[in-house]
Amino acid sequence: MTLTDPTPGTVNATTLDARGLKCPMPIVRTAQAIKNVASGELLEVLTTDPGAVADFAAWSRSTGNELVEQTIADGVYRFVLRRK
Amino acid sequence: MTAPVAERDLLGFLEAAVSETPVETTKPAVEPTVASETPVRQLVIINWSGEFDRVMPTLIMANAAAAMGYQTKVFTTFWGLLPFVKDQKRIVGENFMQKMLTFMQRPGISHLKTSKMNFLGMGPWMMGVLSRKYNIASPKELLEAAEALGVEFMPCQMTMDMFGLKREDMIEGLGEPVGAATVLELMTQPNTASLFI
Repeated sequence: MTLTDPTPGTVNATTLDARGLKCPMPIVRTAQAIKNVASGELLEVLTTDPGAVADFAAWSRSTGNELVEQTIADGVYRFVLRRK
Repeated sequence: MTAPVAERDLLGFLEAAVSETPVETTKPAVEPTVASETPVRQLVIINWSGEFDRVMPTLIMANAAAAMGYQTKVFTTFWGLLPFVKDQKRIVGENFMQKMLTFMQRPGISHLKTSKMNFLGMGPWMMGVLSRKYNIASPKELLEAAEALGVEFMPCQMTMDMFGLKREDMIEGLGEPVGAATVLELMTQPNTASLFI
């Protein structure tokens, strides 16, 4: 569990490696992982599922956990979420 | 939130009845805050088919909804109940006909047939190979994930009776058997999406 694309300000994030998982497992694992993150803290999720781009936006809107950042590098989508 | 209020009302009523003084009718201050809270969204799925290509969307939608904070309930009825029999059970039922049914249609989440191109199990086998190749979660994995996320699975009482299924035949996570009225009440609640898969 390491950061593949460390960005300043997000190095304190817990990382969830959901690479290789298909829908709906990235958001299922995220929903489970965010329970272990304190309110206001960050969770970084790595996934290779292109459908995750729309799904994480919807998940963020529905759950109220802010989608702080999203990047793509070498086919890996990276989402940084702040627990509400 | 309503239970303490109701209890208080009842207590107030009883006290008033004993002391024969008029009951105070002012509403407690807590009530308006209930309505101003974010409404709980709910997904209700009627899972009536035991086929791979229907149980999968049921489990995927249930998982996604539960992950998004929806209260998620899956009513399993008719053929849709058989996947929720324990995997290791082979033939269940009380009488000959019930046993024949599950002899022909093997129950359990790991033994789903496809609605098209089953070809004596060739179809499901190919689905399994493809799912593993592309790392798609199996029905069993999805069921376990759904249970971990708190998805409520409600078996249909009538189907339990018809197939001769007992509580101990079913997976641990299955709730109490219910009927159509319970499901209709859930489906007509506000902020509820219902699916018939």
